[in-house]
Amino acid sequence: MTAFAPGIDDVRARTFPFPRRHFLSAMDVNVVEAQQLLDLADGFVALNRQTTKKLDLLKGRTLMNLFFENSTRTQASFELAGKRLGADVMNMSVKTSSVAKGETLIDTAVTLNAMQPDLLVVRHASSGAAALLSQKVGCSVINAGDGQHEHPTQALLDALSMRRAFGHVAGLTVAICGDVMHSRVARSNVNLLNILGAEVRLVGPPTLMPAGAEHWGATVYHDLEKGIAGADVVMMLRLQLERMQGALVPSTREYFRFWGLDREKLKAASGGVKVMHPGPMNRGVEIDSDVADDPAVSLIQDQVEMGVAARMAVLASLAARLDNH
Amino acid sequence: MARARPIAFQNARLVDPESGYDGPGALVVSGETIVDVSKGKDFSNLSGDLQVIDCAGGMLAPGLIDLRVKTGEPGAETRETLRSAAQAAAAGGVTSFVVQPDTDPAVDDPSVVDFILRRARDIEAARILCAGAATRRLKGEQIAEIGLMREAGCVYVTDVDHAIVDSRVLRRVMAYAKTFDMAVAHRPVDPWLTRGAAATEGEFAGRLGLPSGPAMAERIGLERDLALAELTGARLLVDQITSAGALEALARAKARGVKVTATASINHLSFNELDIGDYRTFAKLDPPLRSEDDRQALIDALASGLVDIVVSAHAPAPAEDKRLPYDEATPGGVGLETLLPALLVHYHDGRAPLIDLLRAVTLAPATFLGLSSGRLTPGAPADLVLCDLGAPVIIDADKLVSKSKNSPFDGRRLQGQVLRTVVAGKMVYRAAE
Repeated sequence: MTAFAPGIDDVRARTFPFPRRHFLSAMDVNVVEAQQLLDLADGFVALNRQTTKKLDLLKGRTLMNLFFENSTRTQASFELAGKRLGADVMNMSVKTSSVAKGETLIDTAVTLNAMQPDLLVVRHASSGAAALLSQKVGCSVINAGDGQHEHPTQALLDALSMRRAFGHVAGLTVAICGDVMHSRVARSNVNLLNILGAEVRLVGPPTLMPAGAEHWGATVYHDLEKGIAGADVVMMLRLQLERMQGALVPSTREYFRFWGLDREKLKAASGGVKVMHPGPMNRGVEIDSDVADDPAVSLIQDQVEMGVAARMAVLASLAARLDNH
Repeated sequence: MARARPIAFQNARLVDPESGYDGPGALVVSGETIVDVSKGKDFSNLSGDLQVIDCAGGMLAPGLIDLRVKTGEPGAETRETLRSAAQAAAAGGVTSFVVQPDTDPAVDDPSVVDFILRRARDIEAARILCAGAATRRLKGEQIAEIGLMREAGCVYVTDVDHAIVDSRVLRRVMAYAKTFDMAVAHRPVDPWLTRGAAATEGEFAGRLGLPSGPAMAERIGLERDLALAELTGARLLVDQITSAGALEALARAKARGVKVTATASINHLSFNELDIGDYRTFAKLDPPLRSEDDRQALIDALASGLVDIVVSAHAPAPAEDKRLPYDEATPGGVGLETLLPALLVHYHDGRAPLIDLLRAVTLAPATFLGLSSGRLTPGAPADLVLCDLGAPVIIDADKLVSKSKNSPFDGRRLQGQVLRTVVAGKMVYRAAE
């Protein structure tokens, strides 16, 4: 399970057909499949660190990035993942094209589907959009974030980062802190961490905590220091600055005072605590630079690297299923 | 033109909420009215030239009266026209319905009332009545021409799905409408709490990541509306009560003697929030579906008479408005054709006597509107439905008569097949054998 340097044959041996045609939710995998994906991703991490990164697992396949919402890092991550696996990658930023002309999501999907892509990566501002789209296309759909619902590959890369830092995920105490209500990252992480056997806590002001979150398989805290007490991982969520207008939090300085993570508050966590953030960060709002940039505690740069590997694992696995059907 | 032959319905199960009779009997219709009713047994002395229909024990009841139906006429005829809605109504045993004023243009002026009622006169499949807007353009700012619309024939005023936010405006609408004995229908909701919401706040909506508002918003809105009704003495029609909390507020107001009538939609009596499932937009409604506890409380309130009237909340929307991401999809479902079998579920489940359920879709709305229909009495209009109560039906949205097929009941297995529908003595619907 530790990171060694496997070759391409090793990655091939680890590649398994994904259990479903689409990857829409972290709950689409069971514990065994999640572990298999993490094992596979581990292999890609090693390969990605070599000079020759190009593989042919997706040779001849077409990957389409369909982003209805701007996202530099997720789109780049999927693009790189696809290219390293040998796929033809096409990026569609739909925000500025046909949707503005009144074309519906389904029209766009049907049009793109006619171009015979094999893998479709979708990001959309509405919860459930990826699921809707998956019903209308013949290819595999990967949810790269649908509204406030899920972002399953983010949860996978977070789990990979944790597993590489601690050697395991089961038994870890993970505190997810901040704007849980609007966070698809939080929802996917709660789901996957529960599958992998971690103890999950959700921490944030009541105005940013969705009703019923205590039934998600997580303990809810409204006090940051109590919420991260003894935690192995503190995952900070991005606070959208437009939340100030919605009367959800009074100001960035008050938010930072009570919910922002700094060195002092981090003392409440366990000794070997690791800090994570899905990015992009609002420094001085939810997290202090002092913590974010400290390589001894921060996994934030690792997360970006793991993102490419985790997505390669998902793409390879989905493509392996395509091979069988 | 030769007068139509009188019709005798023999061997029926008569259900008449006015007299409280539910039992075997027969009924004769001549011209546009019911002329004779026999309770307990068939007519044995029928003579002359008349058509005899053997009901084979099927339920013969007053035709249903639906207080809340949207069409697309004028403005969006591709969704539904008055005629297609009337045909859907006939297929569902609904003999009268009230169209809502949120059309394009809105029914906020007597000429539009006149337009609709003129179109309605040429349609035999159902009696179409018209509600007017409470405020101009349904904007909640200026009072609409309530008096003139009354003269033109409109039956109540409502801003439909738009709550009147400004309490002073709602107060003035109520006080003004009272002068003309016009009831004011109002959606009970605190619009601030539910702004942008597509679902009811709770664990389920939270997991799906849907923008949601608390069910409590309904109680807050209703408490205000009830207080204003008490203040002005106006007749208030609570437009679709859905939550247990609001039902308690309603019970308190009724106990104090506030002039209030409450409706529930058949959708909220039939589904809960879990029916949204995996973002099923055909279950996206306004107000959104509630918890199962709320649904159970609503069924109990219907059985106890706290909720007076059941509506179909018929809201046709074409597929392109439904096949969208959940929060972008148009809310609402068609309901005219499924109202009766969906209501009968609660009879078959033993939750309420048949006659009480029927009252909520016949006599109670008739009384609210001041109509002489909704009862089986000699002299009453011959608006009737004949229904095989036990017949199984599987709702197939594609086979609905309505122009739009957005039924939340698609695929549901129900019991109760409408066999015949009679409007003003004319057979307007007959089920295929």
